[in-house]
Amino acid sequence: MPELTYVEALNEALHEEMARDEKVFLMGEDVAFDYFGVCSGLADRFGRDRVRDTPICELGFTGAGVGAAMAGFRPIVDLRFMDFTTYALDPIVNQAAKLRYMLGGQLSVPMVARIPSGAGLQYGATHGQSLEAWFMQVPGLKVLYPSCAPDAKGLLKTAVRDDNPVMFIEHRLLYAQKTKQAVPEGDHTTPIGVADVKRAGADATIVGIGYQMGHCLEAAEALAGEGIECEVIDPRSLSPLDVETITASVRKTSRCVIVEEGHLRSGVGAEISAAIQEAVFEYLDAPIGRVAALMAPIPVQTKLEKFVLPSTEKVIAAVRKTLGVSA
Amino acid sequence: MPETKMRTISYAQAINEALHEEMERDEKVFLMGEDVALSAISPATAGLGERFGHERVRNTPISELGFTGAAVGAAMAGYRPVLDMRRIDFMMLAIDPIANQAAKLRYMLGGQVSVPLVVRAPEGGGSQNGPTHSQCLEAWFIQVPGLRVIVPSDPADAKGLLKSAIREDNPVLFVEYRALYSLEGPVPDGDHTEPIGKAAVKREGADITLIGIGSQARNCLEAAELLAGEGVDAEVVDPRTINPLDIEGLAASVRKTGFCLIAEEGHKSGGVGAEIAASIQEAAFGALEAPIARVAALDVPVPVHTKLEAIVLPSTEKIVAAANNLLS
Amino acid sequence: MARATSRLTRKRMHEMYRAMLRIRRFEETADDFYMAGKVVGGVHVSIGQEACSAGVCAALREDDAVLTTHRGHGHSIAKGTRLPEMLAELMGKVTGLCRSKGGSMHIADVSKGHYGAHSIVGANMPMAAGIGLAYQLEGKGQVAVVFFGDGASNNGAFHEAMNLCAIWKLPVVFFCENNQYAVSVPAEYSTSVDDISVRSKGYDAPGLTVDGMDVAAVYEASQEAVAHARRGLGPSLIEAKTYRFFGHSRGDPHYGMYRTKEEWEGWKERDPLIVCEKMLKMTAKQKKAHAEAVEAEIKEAIEFAENSPEPEESVALEDIFA
Repeated sequence: MPELTYVEALNEALHEEMARDEKVFLMGEDVAFDYFGVCSGLADRFGRDRVRDTPICELGFTGAGVGAAMAGFRPIVDLRFMDFTTYALDPIVNQAAKLRYMLGGQLSVPMVARIPSGAGLQYGATHGQSLEAWFMQVPGLKVLYPSCAPDAKGLLKTAVRDDNPVMFIEHRLLYAQKTKQAVPEGDHTTPIGVADVKRAGADATIVGIGYQMGHCLEAAEALAGEGIECEVIDPRSLSPLDVETITASVRKTSRCVIVEEGHLRSGVGAEISAAIQEAVFEYLDAPIGRVAALMAPIPVQTKLEKFVLPSTEKVIAAVRKTLGVSA
Repeated sequence: MPETKMRTISYAQAINEALHEEMERDEKVFLMGEDVALSAISPATAGLGERFGHERVRNTPISELGFTGAAVGAAMAGYRPVLDMRRIDFMMLAIDPIANQAAKLRYMLGGQVSVPLVVRAPEGGGSQNGPTHSQCLEAWFIQVPGLRVIVPSDPADAKGLLKSAIREDNPVLFVEYRALYSLEGPVPDGDHTEPIGKAAVKREGADITLIGIGSQARNCLEAAELLAGEGVDAEVVDPRTINPLDIEGLAASVRKTGFCLIAEEGHKSGGVGAEIAASIQEAAFGALEAPIARVAALDVPVPVHTKLEAIVLPSTEKIVAAANNLLS
Repeated sequence: MARATSRLTRKRMHEMYRAMLRIRRFEETADDFYMAGKVVGGVHVSIGQEACSAGVCAALREDDAVLTTHRGHGHSIAKGTRLPEMLAELMGKVTGLCRSKGGSMHIADVSKGHYGAHSIVGANMPMAAGIGLAYQLEGKGQVAVVFFGDGASNNGAFHEAMNLCAIWKLPVVFFCENNQYAVSVPAEYSTSVDDISVRSKGYDAPGLTVDGMDVAAVYEASQEAVAHARRGLGPSLIEAKTYRFFGHSRGDPHYGMYRTKEEWEGWKERDPLIVCEKMLKMTAKQKKAHAEAVEAEIKEAIEFAENSPEPEESVALEDIFA
């Protein structure tokens, strides 16, 4: 199997899907120039009509993406920072998500919104938010968040082929990762709505969202050294959410911690926690724990940012707490 | 203590009285939004334009991003703007000034400014207005640090909490449930305020805790009445504020009853009930006899047709059925 | 637009030159510190655009407001923002203007009428309308100036804010620094008009395009627009054609990626400091006096910032609510 970084995996998915289907096109601020490497080589290969720079107008070009999708194209809009989607929520929430329903199935909106998210780069309160939980409450949207290179490629290809609007969430610090991971050769796709067990274990279940998967795996490794075996699950798809895979694990372990980068209250972890206790209440031996950003805007200062965000240490502490063991 | 005199007024009149009294009390308070100066447009704002003039009761263009951002600016510069968003659905065009600016500016600027802004956001279904005019999106704003989110369910709370919101030095999302506008109830005379961040027990009971958000607090009270007929003594608790959430106030009831059901009008996935359920099982795990149940809108857009809309939205009957299911 | 209301004196020109040099040296320091790993978060320097900051702010009263952008150090300095606390903010020190929580992209000094750099493109313009509204209601003749780039002029927030200011006759000056690029995307591609100032016509407001490398031209245009606003006549739109000599951030080079060397060199010849020196026929002695004065200020700022402490972790949970 070839080995790819997260960025290379995304880039390959875009190349392959644009080559496969000429209805696929990409637009956003600076996509032709490409700051992050995800769009590398696309403009040269497919031309500026299909790799289309836009003015700084998220509302405008996202709405245009919805229109093009209604008219038979498969646009991928690149929103650059998740924070900027706050300008484009009407076309996403009120239009893309609802049009098929409101129009009684007359059309579909096969649009992918690529949404880089995440803090950890000292960009502050308005350039590092994780708002994926918002999209989970919007019927009609699919919400994907790959944590590794093979899922990044497989899910992006599936998203482009999906006939519905898909919020495809990426993380800036995953862009920066230089480590390569094996990605299946050929037309590798990953199904939407299927969670993945990233590490097996019997003592506690850790559910990790997106970039936080790295902290979860590190925590599991460290805890294994103490004889605590964690099962680590990546939902990959937040909407629809594969509750069954998560609860199957909790039936086995009876203890669960959910880790996300978004703010704690009403985050992704809230829904997962509520859903788990609905499904397997009688199996739970301890309250479901949550590790998330503290309820403060993300500060710029490095030390303060670290204090607010989740970390491997915080995951380890939460797992110990759910098991009732001390360090 | 002398008994407080009460009057019976509607939820909309309660909002209207709060606005009149606060604008009278503080000339820095002004109201802005589409059609707010027209009395006929809403009972919540009727009469304000005539009383305070069109400078302080200011019609805006259909320009949610523009006027919401302007309100943030005016608040930074010492005013206390109250925005009328008409429907929370329209706020999709104004989330940047609310979530990225109003909520964060004090923090980002290291305490140099405050943003005393109230965004009144009427919301909810039940009147066949369809997917883009019926949403309940308050759950989103629980996740935004720096915002207060208030969800009053009766006239007394509507008045008392709106007055507190206008006096609050931070941005407040004040959710109004359209289905409750005509609901009548007792409201204390005089300068009636209610504390932000405190839940209220709306009916005492010992067998099950029903937590109702906004319009569904009303349905929980009706459900409790029906359950009483079946011999079930339900306690109804209304968080009233969901950011910050009075988790202790809610958990105290669950510790007593051992059973908990949360009802809201927003979609179930990622809704207010998710956060409350997650928090309660953290705070009162040992007291729970059964999983925490959630009654909410189904996870589909809200359809126009009356019958379909009723299938999607929560109701008193659904709450009764879910409570019975939990207790069986 | 009415003619300028006050004559531009040599004294005023020297003051503006001093302001431009102060900005230039601060930005060079910020860039040096960034490259040395001393800056927390990103930095977008405004080297090349100093005439815009200095020219506009020279036309303002102390109690007037400015709002700026991610590239806002220059506007901040020209409005009187304290350099030591500003550099401390860049370096993540608790003595920073924003107690280290806002960083370069949210520099604000409200005590000096600086209502903040705002990092979300376009977001500052509706806010400026609201500050203008507050000023109109207060009736003290204050004016708000909002700085933005060519890129932001394509954003809906610009158009909504212009319309609000026009219908309510709010005392707001929209100052567009057209530095030709929104990150990599050229204005000639992304913008429907050659001169962004013509967009004022859609809002029945005055519009003027000026040479943004000429501080005198910027000052005179600003004088008119500010006077127009103070008289209660509503907003104006000024577009200054200018250029950033550096990349968007340190992520891109000065030229060679999306800008040509020839283009860059052409603009460098019109460096606003050199243009101003020529206009003033500045002597070597005068230049030296300006340089020494500014150097002392920069030195003081560096000493203060370097010697300031980092914040305690608890600071992360403060200033969320009033």
